[in-house]
Parts: sequence; C-alpha cells; structure tokens
Amino acid sequence: MTTNVPVIDSHHGTPATGKPNFLNCSSGLMSWAGTLDHKRIGVMYLVGTMIAFLCGGLFALLVRLHLWEPHGMLFSNADYNQIFTLHGAFMVFLFVIPAIPGSLGNMVLPLMLGAKDVALPRLNLLSFYLWLTGAILATLAIVLGGFDTGWTFYAPYSLYTNKAVVTIGLAIFVLGFSSIFTGLNFIVTVHKLRAPGLTWFRMPLFVWALYATSLLQVLATPVLGITVLLVAFERLYHIGIFDPRLGGDPVLFEHFFWFYSHPAVYIMVLPAFGIISELVSVHSRKPLFGYKLIAFSSIAIAIISFLVWGHHMFTSGQSTYAMFAFSFLTFFVAIPTAIKEFSWVATVWKGSIALNSPMLYTIAFLIIFAIGGLTGVILGALNVDIHLHDTYFVVAHFHYVMMGSIALAFFAGLHHWWPKMFGVMYDETLAKIACGIIFVGFNLTFLPQFIMGSRGMPRRYATYVPDFEAYHRASTIGAMVLGSGVALMVFYLVASLLSGKKAMQNQWGGVTLDWHTPTPPPLENFDHPPSVTTEVYDYSTLDLRTTQTPVS
Amino acid sequence: MSHDGHHSVVIPAPGPEFLPHTVAHHFDTPVQEFQAAKLGFWLFLATEILLFGGLFAAYFYYHEAYPETFRLGGHQLDWKLGALNTSVLLLSSWTMAMGVRSAQTSQKKKLLVYCGLTVLGAAIFMVVKFFEYKAKYDHGLFVFPEMFHGYDTATGQLPWFKDYHGVMAGVPHGHLFFAIYVTMTAIHGLHVLIGAGLILWVMKGAAKGRFHAGYFLPVDLVGLYWHLVDLIWIFLFPLLYLVP
Repeated sequence: MTTNVPVIDSHHGTPATGKPNFLNCSSGLMSWAGTLDHKRIGVMYLVGTMIAFLCGGLFALLVRLHLWEPHGMLFSNADYNQIFTLHGAFMVFLFVIPAIPGSLGNMVLPLMLGAKDVALPRLNLLSFYLWLTGAILATLAIVLGGFDTGWTFYAPYSLYTNKAVVTIGLAIFVLGFSSIFTGLNFIVTVHKLRAPGLTWFRMPLFVWALYATSLLQVLATPVLGITVLLVAFERLYHIGIFDPRLGGDPVLFEHFFWFYSHPAVYIMVLPAFGIISELVSVHSRKPLFGYKLIAFSSIAIAIISFLVWGHHMFTSGQSTYAMFAFSFLTFFVAIPTAIKEFSWVATVWKGSIALNSPMLYTIAFLIIFAIGGLTGVILGALNVDIHLHDTYFVVAHFHYVMMGSIALAFFAGLHHWWPKMFGVMYDETLAKIACGIIFVGFNLTFLPQFIMGSRGMPRRYATYVPDFEAYHRASTIGAMVLGSGVALMVFYLVASLLSGKKAMQNQWGGVTLDWHTPTPPPLENFDHPPSVTTEVYDYSTLDLRTTQTPVS
Repeated sequence: MSHDGHHSVVIPAPGPEFLPHTVAHHFDTPVQEFQAAKLGFWLFLATEILLFGGLFAAYFYYHEAYPETFRLGGHQLDWKLGALNTSVLLLSSWTMAMGVRSAQTSQKKKLLVYCGLTVLGAAIFMVVKFFEYKAKYDHGLFVFPEMFHGYDTATGQLPWFKDYHGVMAGVPHGHLFFAIYVTMTAIHGLHVLIGAGLILWVMKGAAKGRFHAGYFLPVDLVGLYWHLVDLIWIFLFPLLYLVP
C-alpha cells in the first residue's frame, strides 16, 4: 500500500547521498509489510487512516447532499440510515480513534523519548494488522447488507434489524484490540525507554497526552469489546441480556456502551490536545505556559472521563439522582480542559509567532475548540440537555470537537511533522489556502446546525420540515467547501512526495528530541544515544544551523 | 534488518543443554527487556479482567433483577463437580508456579514435568466441564445443537431452552441464568484452552533449552496468564454454584 516511497532527491534528478534513512534503508513490499520499525508502521497507519477518513468524508457528503431537499434528494429513508451509520462508524472507529496515536504517535513518541523503537515492536505491527482486519471486516459488513443502527448500536434495534450487525460488531471488537495494544505499547515505552536525563517533567506534552490516552485505551476499550460480543451473542443465540422480550434490559447496553464510549471521546481528543501543546510552543518560540498544569490536566481528564458516561443517557429513564450526579460531574471536565485552552493562549501571547501552515491549523483549532468545548458544557446541563437531546445541536457540538478540533489538530500535526517524516516540504501557499477553505467550510457546515438544532431539528432524520431548508442548504454548501479544502490538502501533500523541495533538518526550530535526529530519521533513530540535560522547550539550546541545513 | 554496527546484548547459556538469549536490539539491558515485557503483560491482564468485568456486571444486574431465577438456576449446577474443578485449577496453579521456579533455577527436566502436569490439569478441567455441559443439554437447560436456531417471536419459544423437567417453571426468564452461566464459563473455558496451548508452546521451547536462570521471561508471563485463568474461576465458582 505504500509503494510510493519518496525518493528525497528525485527533484534534482540526483541520487540521494548521505546515510540511509528509514525510508530508503530497505525496499520491497515485504520490507514494509513485515517491518517492525515504528516509523514505517506509523506511515502505514497514516495511509490507512487517511483512506478511512476520505471514505467517511465521502459518506458525509452523501448525507449532506441528500438533505438538500426537505423530502430527501438521493436515498430511500432506509438507505439514508445506512449512509449516516457508515459515516459515523468509519469516522469514529477507523479514523478518529486510531489516527493520531497510530500515525503521528507511532512516528514521534519514540523519537521524543530518545528511544530506538517502541518497547514492543512486534505488538506494534500486530496492532496495525488488527486495524487492517477491522477495516476489511467493516467493508465486508457493507457488502453483506450494511448496517443501519447508527455508530452507537443501541439495543434493542441493533438486535432486531436485519443487517450485518454481527460482522461490524466483530470489526469493532478487533479494532478495539488494535487500540488496546497501541495504548499498552505506549505506556510501557514511556515507562521503560526514556533517554537518560529525560525525567517525567521533561517529557514533551505530546508524550504526556499520549500517555493519558493510552491509559484510557487500556482501561475502557475491553468493556466495549465485551459489549459488542454480547450484542453478537444476543443476535446469534439470544442470551437475553439486552433483549426486553427475553427479560433483558436495553438500558444496560447503553450503560456498557457509554462506559467505554465516553472515555473514548477523550481517547480521541487527548492526542489532539498534545499536538496543539507542541505546536503553540514551537511556532511561538516560547516555553509552554503552565507545563505541569497541562500535563496533569490530561491525567485529570482521563480520570473524570470514567465518571460522566450517564450524561449521554439523560432521556433513558435512569434514576433522577444519578442524572444529577452525572450532570454535576460533567461540569468538572470543563476545568482541566479550560486550563489547557488558557495555557495555549497564554503561550502564544507575546510569543514570536510564525504564521506558517501548522500554526494556522493550530489557531483554527483554538477558535473551533473554544466553541466545541463550551457547547459541551451547555449540553452537560441536565435541563438544557433534555430539550436539546438528539437534535442537530448535539451533532454540531460533537463535530466541532471531532472534526473541527481533532481532525484539524491531526492536520496541524501532519503539516508539522511531514518534513520530519519524509524530508520534503509541501507547497506552503497552497497549505495556507487549504487551511482557510477548511476553516470557512467547516463553520459554514456546522454553525447552521447549532441554530436548527436549538429550534428542534432532530438528528438522524432522512427528511425534515421545509422551515429548516435554508439551514440545511447552507450546511450542505459548507460541506462541499470543506470537502474541496480537504481534497486540496491531500493533493499538495501527495504532490510534495513526488516533487516537493527538500525540507530543512529542523524545519520549524523545534528543541524536543524528535528534532535532534537526522531528517528523515535513520532506522534506529539516533546516530548517538541521546541524553537530556536541559528542561523541556528551552529554546536557548536551539542550534540554529540545523534550521537552515537542507536534508541530504 | 541491519543493526548498523550496534552489538546486541547476549545472555550466555548456563550449560551445554541450554541456548543463549539475544536481547532485542532496541533494549540496552536484559533487565530493561524483562521489565518492559512484564509491565506490558500486567496491563494486558488488566484488560482481560475488564473484559470479564462486563460479564460480572451483567451477572450482578440480573441476579438483583431476578433473584428467584438465579436461586433455582444455581441449584441445577453440580457444586461437587464445580468444587472438583476448583481444586484441579488451584493445584495446576501450584504446578505452574513450580514450573516458573524450575526455569529460574535452570532445571530443564523439572520445568517440563511441571508444565506437563499443568496441561494435565487443564485437560481434566475441560473434561469435567464437558460432562457438566452435557447434563445441561440432557435436561434441556441449554440445548447446544439448537442454540443458533433463532427466536420464535410468535410463540416466544427459545429453541435452546426446553427445560424438560420444568425445574425453572414458575420463575421469570429461566433461560437467563443458563445463558449467563454458559456464556461466562465458555469464555473462561476458551481461556483455559488458550492457556494450555501457551504452556505447550513453553514446553517446546523448554525442550530446546531456551529457558534458564538467565532468561525465563516467556515462562514467567505464561505463568501469570495461567494464574489469571485460575483467579477468574475462583470468582465464577462461588457466584454461579454457591451464592444462589
């Protein structure tokens, strides 16, 4: 799948000189398919999750096109259910959860720790193949009749529908173990493979964020595993646990599902926070404001995330007192999250800000996440949520977090580490234009959804009353703009691999260990075993020559 | 893959019947390798416990919802066979621990014998389990061959739950206890089989002399796995056989 190994010097038509790096140290399909190198596994994850993202995006565009007309433009109502389910399931399970840890995390975490690889390289490769198996099973489920339950698989509908729920359940089980093994690997790597002198409070914040994410992956995902297994058992031999006809309780499914899936929201968003923490520092050339607070807030979010799952179930008939507690605890998530947002803004303040494309994506994140986060607090309020439950307000809120924050942070990180990974630079002008298009398109898509949601437009409906037509059409136009921005981004990134100009050894002037290796890094990452003697983000140590030396 | 002139650390074999162990290239010391693998394995065991945690949560929920069903259902299980299997697993945990000890003291033959005894324990456990399942089948409490025959919404009949002797008549949703019993014990049984397979794999390596005082990591980890399988049964036995 990754035969397009970039030849660094193809631009000038001369063979690459200098020491071999991880991209050109060996070649052939098997040198990739059987690789244990965390960087090549990261590249494979990048290709895989980007394909999943583009599929999920295509499904989203189909949903938006369908909603151009109040009675629906493209599909029957039943087909519409399948299309939005595919969009949700592909985006959540194949893209948002694995994308940042699998691609950028794999690539950067061992570099930032000064390690030769992750602690368990074979398990790392297994994680990728489990992801691939899950992706194939999910595709197979489409062929076998699709699935129309929404990505949440709520019982009892998921038990009764005549669709390939068992196959997609198996896909999610397998994807869950892919996620668990990545998390387990990262925890062990952080504990055991830090370079000499790299104490916990000298670790870059991306590492802290991935560590908190990993804890959640290991502790929450098994519950999802057993939940989808129980749904499969229920369909196969009717154990009766979730089926009310057999004495079961469908609300128990909701509890099980959200016990995983609320922490999973932070599995998705914490790595994005980590990327933003790195980028605001590097591109403002300032140490992070409140380093320890940001580090601890990641852990705090991880802990609180286990105590708030009931806020997804305010209309499920759970006990009123439980709802008070869940609503109250939900507000607590806002505290560590706000600490992060304030710290990022305070880091940028009076910094030497470089308005390059990674920083533009970062600024877009800061704006969008402020909206996505605050609307989350609104939805956490019990009485307001009863009104807004299952409306487009909820859809808009979580897209401001999932797409506007997480995907944009992923793009920011991708632009930031792209020259490190491949030794080439993309077209900065096109990158800035694409970032602008994506920002405008995104807001045009989802701002109208806040408004129509607060006015009662329910989510997941294939048709709607004509009063909402203007909002839906604005949203659809926005989605097309957003889609074209993403297409432009994919174009110039791929083009840079084929004919991009050489990157600098240290393109942005970063001082964490990932910028202390040659670019692109050699197979075992460091020419000399690194050791750390300074505090993190100390820009006085920056060797400016490396920022002006092109890769060899 | 070339190591670019890096020299890997090698742990020498303590005798001619043993093999040396080469530490993986990305570790600096054998201790680092050992600790990394062990930490990773403990985390994996935590995920196993959480996986079963979902099943235990379901058990407690329905025990509260239908106490009479669980009381009557529990009486249909043979606590003597359950106790026998508990003893077998406890003993096998001891033989596994002795196996790990034998690897740590470079006693190749003892390691093989203790691992063999542990596999024997796993086999006895599964045979006893088979007869327990067969009794459930004979009484129509879990008709395995018909378990995938669907659910007749018109009659409300579950094909795998026939209850020939009417032992669960008069309590609500009598099938629920047996569904939970079979699901939990079958998933546990699957772990017993995986554990036995892993121990056989350890024995294959042990016969070649891979494990000794300098390197016994796989024996140690498989031992931990086996203790977990034992530990889960320690909870399953009283909950299913005794509590009702």
